Amino acid sequence: MFRKSSVAVRSTGWRQFRTAAGFMWPAWLGIAVFFVYPLIATVYFSFHQFDMLTIPKWFGLGNYEYLFVDVRLHAAAYNTLWLVVVMVPVKVLASLGVALLLAKLKRTASFWRAVFYLPALIPPVASTVAFVFLFNPGTGAVNTVLRWVGIEGPLWFNDPNLAKPSLVLLAVWGLGDWMIILLAAVLDVPQERHEAAQLDGANALQRFRHVTLPGISPVLLFTALVGVIQTLQYFTQAAVAGTVASGQATVGQGRTKEFGYPADSTLTYPMWLYDTGFSQFALGYASALAVVLFVFSLLFTVILLRRFRAYAAEGSVQ
Amino acid sequence: MTTTVEAPPQGKQAPVARRPALQTDRVLAAIGKHSILIALGIMFLAPFAFVTLTALMSSDQALTSQLWPRSWHPENFVEAFQKAPLFRYLVNTLFYSVLGTLFMLLSSIPAAYALARLQWRGRGISLVAVLCVMMLPPQVTVVPVFLLWANADLTGTLWPLIIPMLLGDAFSIFLLRQFLVTIPTEYTDAARVDGCSEWQVMLRVILPMAKPAVAAAAMFQFFYCWNDYYGPLLYTNHERDNWTLSIGLATFRNLHQVEWNLVMAATLLVLLPVLVVFFLAQKAFVQGVTMTGVKG
Repeated sequence: MFRKSSVAVRSTGWRQFRTAAGFMWPAWLGIAVFFVYPLIATVYFSFHQFDMLTIPKWFGLGNYEYLFVDVRLHAAAYNTLWLVVVMVPVKVLASLGVALLLAKLKRTASFWRAVFYLPALIPPVASTVAFVFLFNPGTGAVNTVLRWVGIEGPLWFNDPNLAKPSLVLLAVWGLGDWMIILLAAVLDVPQERHEAAQLDGANALQRFRHVTLPGISPVLLFTALVGVIQTLQYFTQAAVAGTVASGQATVGQGRTKEFGYPADSTLTYPMWLYDTGFSQFALGYASALAVVLFVFSLLFTVILLRRFRAYAAEGSVQ
Repeated sequence: MTTTVEAPPQGKQAPVARRPALQTDRVLAAIGKHSILIALGIMFLAPFAFVTLTALMSSDQALTSQLWPRSWHPENFVEAFQKAPLFRYLVNTLFYSVLGTLFMLLSSIPAAYALARLQWRGRGISLVAVLCVMMLPPQVTVVPVFLLWANADLTGTLWPLIIPMLLGDAFSIFLLRQFLVTIPTEYTDAARVDGCSEWQVMLRVILPMAKPAVAAAAMFQFFYCWNDYYGPLLYTNHERDNWTLSIGLATFRNLHQVEWNLVMAATLLVLLPVLVVFFLAQKAFVQGVTMTGVKG
């Protein structure tokens, strides 16, 4: 009798699985072909040397050894690290600041939300081209306005020291999606807690520190982690800014030689991976770069997935 | 700088409204309260204004640092199309965006349904797999995937970006799943008692209730394709006939030696459709962003 029932359970389990498989098989196939297989193949390729025309030849740790002497890789890794350390916190803080300003509004809330969200929608290529133009040193609107108040503006995207900070300004302009996530979190903090703190005589700063901040910290952390993972992929804005600011044509003719302009200050890790793989066709070396990128992003993804439960429980869904 | 705005004691109405104040007083008070917002708002909107003004200038004036057009040249928008095959790029971009979105819906709605509404072994690990695909950078797998498409002789076209959409898009699956789990089970239980199959439950009961989420997912996917630069660059770099607007715009100034006024006109043409759709469907958009905590 005991056995019978367990067989019955197993067969309903099997039936349920078959039903689900009917819905899931395209996604499973997609994960297998475009994720699991390439992941394994990347590791395999990273120990080989080949280009589009040759078959992979065993190269041992050669690609990984070359990581240590590749000067442009070091520039690219430094730039990506710089963006993770500077751009992510700046953008998170700016998003939080705007979210706190908007949280107090009532009638005009949807208007202001649209104003600050709008730039986040702009196609990154369009916003980057626009920013390079607005910040161009000679005739750009930003330096023109600065001249009105007697300041001679810097070279922005054309200055190796300011190109990355200029990209941070572009990122802050596009803070809309993070701002909306944080705004939802701020509004989710129960009003009673604010009122209780107020009865206890807490001022605005104390209430932020002891009521709002603990309430939104899971979402804040989630946003920052997503930001780090997105920044490890940072490609489009840096590539377009360098290209447009340099004034040289770069795509459509093989080499991406203007990547990183000026002086490799905007060369990011994914750009160097793209360049070695698809301009120089050093596919084995590009695979080694991909493996290193995988290790770092996996680290943050694991932390993120662990936080995910906390975030989902925090009621991000209305 | 965050909490410097004076917080009125949290009553439902601001206490100032009690006094029979003059209209101007109240306007001034509102401006005071909003002054930081207004200053920030101007800074956020100024780029749109400068880009539009430059797009309407003459070529000569676009080389100067003047911000206001001396004469107006709406014909710049037409001229931008003549300098580069923007129309061709537009057709390619629409091809990628429309097919990509349709294929995504076809494959991702059932997957999201299975992950949100069905009980089965392996559901947890399937969801984790979807989240991993969503989170890990596409550059990690780019070499083998590129070689796959090279072997299929499809590099140089946009198909390597469109065909995978038939096999599910991780972000869309996650977004839809997040919405579908919130629908109470009573609705689907009733349908099952009436003898509906799971496919019928999905199509007749769940899908009509999930319209806002489907709209949000479709919009995100459409904009993802419309904005995509990395994908088209990777596969169509050497095939100019298959370029999309984002590549066309990135190379517009350098390849065609055009003035900034035309560059800005082209920039506006690329971002305008996105703005129009956003204003038509703002609510679905904002819901989608808050639902997932991530933007695609």
